[in-house]
Amino acid sequence: MTTTQEITLPTEPFVLNIGPVHPSTHGVYRMRCTMDGEVVRDIEPVFGYLHRGLEKLAEERTWTGTIPLTDRLDYLAAMSNNFAYCLAVEKLAGIKVPERAEYIRVIIAEIQRVAIHFIIVGSFLSDCGAMLTPMVYALRERERILDFFDMVCGQRLTYNYMRIGGVSQDIPAQFLPALEKLVKKLKRFIDEFDVLLKQNEILLARSKGVGILSKEQAINCGISGPVARASGVNWDLRKNDPYSIYERFDFSIPLGETGDCYDRYRVRIEETRQSLRIIEQAMQQIPAGKIIADVPHLIRPPAGDVYAHIESPKGELGFYLVSDNSIAPYRWHVRPPSLINLAALRDMVRGWKVADLIAIFGSIDITMGEVDR
Amino acid sequence: MTTALASRDIVTKVNAKFPGAAAEAGAEGALVKAEQLVAVMEFLKNEAGLEFDYFNYVTAVDYYSYFEVIYQLTSYKHNRSLVIKARCYDRDNPTLPSVTGLWQGADFQEREIYDLFGIKFAGHPDLRRIFLWEGFPGHPLRKDFNQ
Amino acid sequence: MAIVNYLHSGGLTAPAVAADWPGGYWWHWLFYAVAIIVALLIMVMGAIYIERRGLGRMQSRLGPNRVGPFGLLQPVADAIKILLKENIVPSTADRIVHFMAPIVAFTPVILILAVVPVMNGAALADLNIGILYVVAVSSIGSVGVFMAGWGSGSKFSLLGAMRNVAAVVSYEIPMVLSIIGVVLFTGSLATSQIIARQNIPFILMQPLGFLLFFAAACAEINRSPFDLMEADQEIVAGYMTEYSGMRFAMFYLVEYAEAIAMSAVITTLFLGGWRGPWLPPWLWFLVKTFAVFFFMVWTRTTLPRVRIDQLMAFAWKFLFPLGLINLFITAIQVLVWPDSLPWILIIINFAVMGALILIWSKFFRLGWGRVQV
Repeated sequence: MTTTQEITLPTEPFVLNIGPVHPSTHGVYRMRCTMDGEVVRDIEPVFGYLHRGLEKLAEERTWTGTIPLTDRLDYLAAMSNNFAYCLAVEKLAGIKVPERAEYIRVIIAEIQRVAIHFIIVGSFLSDCGAMLTPMVYALRERERILDFFDMVCGQRLTYNYMRIGGVSQDIPAQFLPALEKLVKKLKRFIDEFDVLLKQNEILLARSKGVGILSKEQAINCGISGPVARASGVNWDLRKNDPYSIYERFDFSIPLGETGDCYDRYRVRIEETRQSLRIIEQAMQQIPAGKIIADVPHLIRPPAGDVYAHIESPKGELGFYLVSDNSIAPYRWHVRPPSLINLAALRDMVRGWKVADLIAIFGSIDITMGEVDR
Repeated sequence: MTTALASRDIVTKVNAKFPGAAAEAGAEGALVKAEQLVAVMEFLKNEAGLEFDYFNYVTAVDYYSYFEVIYQLTSYKHNRSLVIKARCYDRDNPTLPSVTGLWQGADFQEREIYDLFGIKFAGHPDLRRIFLWEGFPGHPLRKDFNQ
Repeated sequence: MAIVNYLHSGGLTAPAVAADWPGGYWWHWLFYAVAIIVALLIMVMGAIYIERRGLGRMQSRLGPNRVGPFGLLQPVADAIKILLKENIVPSTADRIVHFMAPIVAFTPVILILAVVPVMNGAALADLNIGILYVVAVSSIGSVGVFMAGWGSGSKFSLLGAMRNVAAVVSYEIPMVLSIIGVVLFTGSLATSQIIARQNIPFILMQPLGFLLFFAAACAEINRSPFDLMEADQEIVAGYMTEYSGMRFAMFYLVEYAEAIAMSAVITTLFLGGWRGPWLPPWLWFLVKTFAVFFFMVWTRTTLPRVRIDQLMAFAWKFLFPLGLINLFITAIQVLVWPDSLPWILIIINFAVMGALILIWSKFFRLGWGRVQV
């Protein structure tokens, strides 16, 4: 809804720096906002505070040696990054991954999606001002999921778990029974967490109709992931361009209608429910067998280039790799969903107030590790 | 399943409208001449039957004697994807036309290529360095960057 | 005035200084002044403890429990920490204004407690315009906040100060309207008279007035859901951003002291002050004040935050009309209601409150949307 504001007093716009060190900019991100009172007229994003030159570093490591670098991209969902990279190299070298490894990868990727959506929804609700209560509840449940990652690979944040051709270690014997119990608990928790603020008057006033992204603009800006699906774009790489073994599972894609902050929040909650469905089906179908293909450690993929993408929790995460048949990549490029999703931020926030700016920014959900690399 | 258009198909379609603009490059990519890049892109975006409305990414590779810039497009309606490549042979002052007018999502990515490779994009609304600071000497992702 | 007669029967009266007070008027004043300041500081420490522990337990975590048994000495540790910090004044700050601001903000809070009786006749000054004095003095606090925002020379502080002034000015009116409802039942502005007339606590006779006053009080003292003046997620700390050391401690103190003072005023107006069976009066007073304060902590943990234009809309378009209607209905009741049926009156008042809130919220539109820039 747009209303024209008649300016009766002459006012001057001023520049407010929502700086790199700020309690709620999701990392070191800086926005220079030109504001007229409380209303934001324009923003200019400034990146680069977390630029570590990962793409250049990768050219000096082996193909397997860059997997820890992928962890540091979207550090909240490191397993998805590993997955995308391993898929790309396997596509380039024509490696076939054993069945058990595929199932393990899917289970791990979907739990990872649930874990990161908890953080994102929790932090969005906290950005709307709920005094960190949703964040603490969500993190409490995320701790249970991190215990599973600890069980599998010994790490809680940067896993370095998947390898080219499979995964590095098999899941221990107690993993699957414990996961079944956890999935039941998480379903109950998501229902309870959802109901707490779903119809809250204040949250609806803060997020319904705020920061609307239209479908055409979403497609034009290259937005992907939950942000695009909340605007009505019916595109999920797990259904439209299936990778790994996603065709074997039965799940649905939640779509939003208007593309406001509330829709993005709802889409993410629904996606966690669908992820739990996928995990249940995968747990029933998982076979025994090898967990990694016969790939040499110092792999030399044949010369050529490849692009492979997955549906990461933030959007379309892809890797563009160029090989010249040596042990190190010739070119290693990440298609970062967070950076590309930010392309529409400027048009989404103009005309809203500072409080809305923070809420809209929180609902797009970016991680600076991916933006800056 | 998103089918990738084979390079022969792309080349035939593009050359039908813009003769001599495209050539095959590998199994799945078409090499387009730099001068006609924007016209070809517009044709691919708007032509009925093609309608490549989603811009996946743009990135660049340094092959010592030339820079190669790779674009990938996807069509939601027909569920197809294609890869377009363009080359700059000038190492001192490489320029390419910008596609920001067609897809707004190319904005930040072209700035990144300018920052890390030095390739200028003519027609870009705000071509500045994005990750490194103004005054940084050189362009890091070039193969001859002296650390 | 039939119903008023019912309330007045069996009323208690108290003179300005009790006849058995040793010494003259000035000893009375000195004793009470020191007692109020000391009691306020101790109650603030109790309030800080309740808030942090309560917030923690409601967020399913522990809250501070290391310093002293059950963490009871945590406020002491906080106070010592703050006092030991270096006092940094920004170079663009207006030094005199910056210095005076905490003082101007803190003084009105202590002044409010001068008219709140702890026992029968035990107030610093039993003014016969007691409640009017409270309203007048509590608005001076916003001058101190504005001085803080202006004198800091920083844009974040200015934004916070502007928001605060706008909010305080808007919420004065619903506050005063609900007070007048109580005063109509009482027939006097003196706080001791108000307590004396509460054979039935006014929260039952004026439920709508209680809710209006509670909402307005929360907005006046910057408590959630109206704490956008110091929204952590948006403008770092609002007008308090540029303060450190002892001055920040003063503002922190002001926040909790205002909460306690408003809780004390609510106890006096609506809950019957020090009246109650079995326990000594001052204990009843403390219990009721802290119960109201706990309710404020509860709403802080649970509810998200409103935006500034929604805050203003809520005051002017929702609370203000409801306050007027409440006043109108109260006046009719005072005039015409027959003598002996207060319980039916209570049920009618609750029903009217429920109906009004439901109907009015259908017509209520929260604030503007996007502004054309």
